[in-house]
Amino acid sequence: MVLRLSHLSVTRRNRPVLHGVSLSLGPGEFVGLIGPNGAGKSSLMEAALGLIPFTGTSSLAALPAERRARHAAYLPQAREIAWPVSVEDLVALGRIPWPGGGRSGADRAAVDAAIARMGLEAFRKRTALRLSGGEQNRALIARALAQDTPLLIADEPIAGLDPAQQLACLRLFRDLAAEGRTVLASIHDLGLAARFCTRLVLLADGHVLADGTADAVLRDDLLRRAFGITVRRVDTPDGPAILPV
Amino acid sequence: MRGLFAALSLLVAALVLASLLTGPAGLPAMDSLRALILGGEGPLPIVMREIRLPRAILGAAVGAGLGLTGAALQGYLRNPLAEPGLIGISGMAALGAVIAIQTGLSLMAALALPLAALAGAAVGVALLVALAGPRGGSVTLILAGVAISALAGAGTSLVLNLSPNPYAANEIVFWLMGSLADRSMLHLGLALPPMALGAALVLSTRRALDALTLGEAAAQALGLSTAALRWRLVAGTALIVGPATAVAGAIGFVGLVVPHVLRPFVGSRPSALLPASALGGAALLLAADIAVRLIVPDRDLKLGVLTAIVGAPLFLHLIWKTRSGGRV
Repeated sequence: MVLRLSHLSVTRRNRPVLHGVSLSLGPGEFVGLIGPNGAGKSSLMEAALGLIPFTGTSSLAALPAERRARHAAYLPQAREIAWPVSVEDLVALGRIPWPGGGRSGADRAAVDAAIARMGLEAFRKRTALRLSGGEQNRALIARALAQDTPLLIADEPIAGLDPAQQLACLRLFRDLAAEGRTVLASIHDLGLAARFCTRLVLLADGHVLADGTADAVLRDDLLRRAFGITVRRVDTPDGPAILPV
Repeated sequence: MRGLFAALSLLVAALVLASLLTGPAGLPAMDSLRALILGGEGPLPIVMREIRLPRAILGAAVGAGLGLTGAALQGYLRNPLAEPGLIGISGMAALGAVIAIQTGLSLMAALALPLAALAGAAVGVALLVALAGPRGGSVTLILAGVAISALAGAGTSLVLNLSPNPYAANEIVFWLMGSLADRSMLHLGLALPPMALGAALVLSTRRALDALTLGEAAAQALGLSTAALRWRLVAGTALIVGPATAVAGAIGFVGLVVPHVLRPFVGSRPSALLPASALGGAALLLAADIAVRLIVPDRDLKLGVLTAIVGAPLFLHLIWKTRSGGRV
């Protein structure tokens, strides 16, 4: 198992937001975490990473800090770049957990590979903050790729991106899973989640409501319980289109 | 990048030399240096070794400390407007010194004033730890620092207010303006060891500060402990700023302006900005301390006044750039 969470509970400001969630992720899975705002998706990811206090166990948070950082890369919802650093230097931050700290041959190779994979070669000397939102997002994903971890945890990675960038991002995650890595990402677009994820986990009020294939999870009764909406599903050659009505 | 460090190092070395050769005594350069290195008879070796050498070394050390801590706090808070005085330690050190002047304690022993300032700095650290707590974030730390600064400022005003005679008040006001004049090897011995320890602590945060470029959560996921980082920075800053204020008084703008000016030259990476700002701070303070001796040699122009006069327009330029759409 790449990540095993058992009976994970989180309380924030005296309000329980996650109630004993258990979840196991294996290699090659692209798990889409879906559910309404406030369902506990971000809390689940942050607790799994050991960033916030929780009860229960997370196999990842149990690791010492450095090994944890070599096991999982994290893309937070807030895409922060505090200083006008170059794309190259930004991506190299992903090498901080590794022995060379950014300067060894392995570090440089990982940075080059990540930059190439995200198609950022032309931008590598440019200031990341001066790029467009989509390009900045690619640079931040490249940073996570350079960390070279078996697990990638991404909080709403496609929020705020244009349709082409959304597709590119989800294709990349699907490819990473096909290569044997594991991706856990929270996604609001149910249709895209159904198309690209190998498995969906529906979270509502801090509980796992459903866990499995898109067909098993995106059932009318479950979606009504979770979101309080009904959806219209249209099957297309590229996958289901899911329309909230 | 290597060129920048070489240039800054050369500049600091040249300014140390210039500082050694600047003074009201107007001594011949070669004789002065010979007296400094070889010693000998007469007043010259005493002037060089007991007056000018400590002044030059303190100028470099205090400037380096202010530049270093300014860069570190800016990196930690991810805000280019942070400066070493922000966490309140320099204010408390100044209050300690002011109380020593007011009570006459400063006249009782050569080091009474700087020791009282150090005691003030220690009280400031204790207050900061009590207020910001072990789990507080960076915002709590700034708020606590602002509160402590305000408290120290009020205390200083109170001492001035209650000053029994204008001479004591005058002395306090002049001390607050900051100066490196007439500092001895004793001052150097008092200030340098804690400042060196503080510099080691602050420099050890370089990688963590780089990681913070991505925000606190991402930095933590890169294996960094934000709690450990915060206390290393607070302890390191206090160990530098407390002694620096104790021996040189309140010197503003160096820690604010130097990192800002050098940031573009190091590609904005906090890890590279730290040593660069230390060198830049040393150069700026040495230059300012030479300038105060040259501009009005017969009037005691205070170092803190000059750094503010140079620093404030740079600060205005910074605001202008922000206003016209450029990033700070």
